[in-house]
Amino acid sequence: MKETTMDDIAPPLTRVGIIGWIRMNLFNGVFNSLLTIVIVLFLWYVGPPLIRWLFVNSLWGSTSVACRNAAGACWSVISANYRFILFGFYPYDLQWRPSTAMLVLVCLLLISRNRRLWKKWLLYAWGAGLCCMAVLMQGGVLGLTPVESTQWGGLPLTLLLAIFGLAAAYPLGVLLALGRRSKMPAIKILSIVYIELIRGIPLISMLFMSAIIFPLFLPEGVTINKILRAQVAIIMFTAAYIAEVVRGGLQAIPKGQYEAAETLGLNYVQTMRLIVLPQALKIVIPPSVSILISAFKDTSLVVIIGLYDILKTTQSVLANPEWMGFSSEAFIFLACIYFVCCYTMSNYSRRLERELGV
Amino acid sequence: MRSRRLWVWMSVAVILLGAGVATAGTLSDVRAKGFVQVGVNGQLAGFGIPDEKGEWKGLDVDTGRAIAAAVFGDAKKIKFVPLTAVQRFTALQSGEIDVLCRNATWTLSRDTALGLSFVQVNYYDGQGFMVPKKLNIKSAKQLDGATVCVLPGTTTEQNVADYFRTHNMKMKPVVIENNTELNKAFFSGRCDCLTSDASQLAGARSVAPNPQDYIILPEIISKEPLAPAVRHGDDQWKDIVNFSVLAMIEAEELGITSKNVDEMLKSTNPSVQRFLGVVPGNGKDLGVDEKFAYNIVKQVGNYGEVFERNVGAKTPLALERGLNALWTHGGLMYAPPFK
Repeated sequence: MKETTMDDIAPPLTRVGIIGWIRMNLFNGVFNSLLTIVIVLFLWYVGPPLIRWLFVNSLWGSTSVACRNAAGACWSVISANYRFILFGFYPYDLQWRPSTAMLVLVCLLLISRNRRLWKKWLLYAWGAGLCCMAVLMQGGVLGLTPVESTQWGGLPLTLLLAIFGLAAAYPLGVLLALGRRSKMPAIKILSIVYIELIRGIPLISMLFMSAIIFPLFLPEGVTINKILRAQVAIIMFTAAYIAEVVRGGLQAIPKGQYEAAETLGLNYVQTMRLIVLPQALKIVIPPSVSILISAFKDTSLVVIIGLYDILKTTQSVLANPEWMGFSSEAFIFLACIYFVCCYTMSNYSRRLERELGV
Repeated sequence: MRSRRLWVWMSVAVILLGAGVATAGTLSDVRAKGFVQVGVNGQLAGFGIPDEKGEWKGLDVDTGRAIAAAVFGDAKKIKFVPLTAVQRFTALQSGEIDVLCRNATWTLSRDTALGLSFVQVNYYDGQGFMVPKKLNIKSAKQLDGATVCVLPGTTTEQNVADYFRTHNMKMKPVVIENNTELNKAFFSGRCDCLTSDASQLAGARSVAPNPQDYIILPEIISKEPLAPAVRHGDDQWKDIVNFSVLAMIEAEELGITSKNVDEMLKSTNPSVQRFLGVVPGNGKDLGVDEKFAYNIVKQVGNYGEVFERNVGAKTPLALERGLNALWTHGGLMYAPPFK
């Protein structure tokens, strides 16, 4: 056995390191090389001006007059108006209350991310948290000044419409899906009529109806809160879509499962609760989440019925001659908020899918 | 298209409900509630828009405050309800608001078929033209052959076409759907003139790259009297709203401002004494406090002050008084005697 070792020869430069990686991934063919060159050129032309506009030449806390002469983005439109954009007409001195309420909500959502913590106490925590948020927003007890819901606006309103809308629409949607698959004709027909009717009209019409037609049919002097009316319209609308998604899940469960449940002597409720729904709902996580995401974004349609959600407060700021014309900056800010919310939702659903092994 | 169909729907609903909607006593309802609910625009600078603290600002907003001052002696006893153009009349009909101060043009059909009652006009608007100064145009009649930036599908487009036809002039319309784009096109020089409601032209000019390079021509080619509205059939409430607006105009004519109103209480002029309630009578007839006009002027101001504060020369809109000057200064603002 020879004891001498051969000198280690370094692998060719073109195979390892940065150069190797570039060759393997960016220039491993004529088409890919061309693509790389085109993209690099594109970034070269677009990137630097964009960065200059976004950061280098931008103004962050100036007046609108200074902004009009600046070459870069005017983030001052946000810094000067962020409180109105985020909280709308909520009294200026009391805005710590909606901020705290949102903080509570974010904490609850963060805790609920961890499935190991899904125990009974979390349910109670949610109940307590929601009460706490309601008290903070509404006031009137514990020495807090009452603030009417007509003054709620901005991000809390968007979140309120979205979270309560989705939380209420999901169970309703499941019930409707079960109703549609029911063997009882009355329930079946009612569910079908409801689902098809609601899916047949756009959300805008429903919001218009809730805001404009509906009040005219109420008795004299009776007015129902505008936010509640919009909220109900959103719930009714989203529920119909969720129902159809859940129905897809129900149909994917093999007949054998139902028969097995029957053999065990389980009744309808038990069959559904223990056997069918846990499997069906697991299957429909991806489509449900895309419905939830689109429903979240749809809440911005309440703009047209004059509710000051975060989109409307932003538009309102832009209608002010002082800040007119800085719409790109304001809408970029808004897009970031929406993106964070939607991305969190889809991220959470992927995690859930992984953990549940779907 | 949808909005038109909705319009028909709403009109039908309003007619169906008709008499049932007209309340017997808005005043007593308002007193029981403890505040006046006023429908406002919410997106129109100078007329109804919240500032960065969420405080309402504008000519229409101050008109609402004047009504609250007349009814309660406190301009803060008021709630503003921001409304869209489609919602505004329904909100009034359904009782969601007590009075509408939302730059609504007073027309015959609205006053009759929609079951509204308009009161004293608080702003006379009208369609106008804006041109770059360097064109050296002083009158709309010199606009022959001009390219005109205009929003499509509005009465604006029709008005401008009519105007050019009646004056035997030619025009090349540049039609752009979106208001912001329209303004951009004009400021970048794509057309010789921009046409819209005069108050909106002022708003557009205030955000121009160089506002001083543009002028708004004196000609106004359409009538847009903007007035507060109440439900039809409640005359006492209508009177209160009407005289709240008129009180601001009368105060300006009498030379009473929010600053000198306390001194004016000592005035020997019988008109001033009656107006401020030193000599009682007006308040009792109207069904409000004798000092209602005093409270309006003290807390909100006279019409001139309100105008200057919201849309006047020192604001970004920089509107001239024009038609909105007192009748003594060649405008249309004229209040009947307060006696």
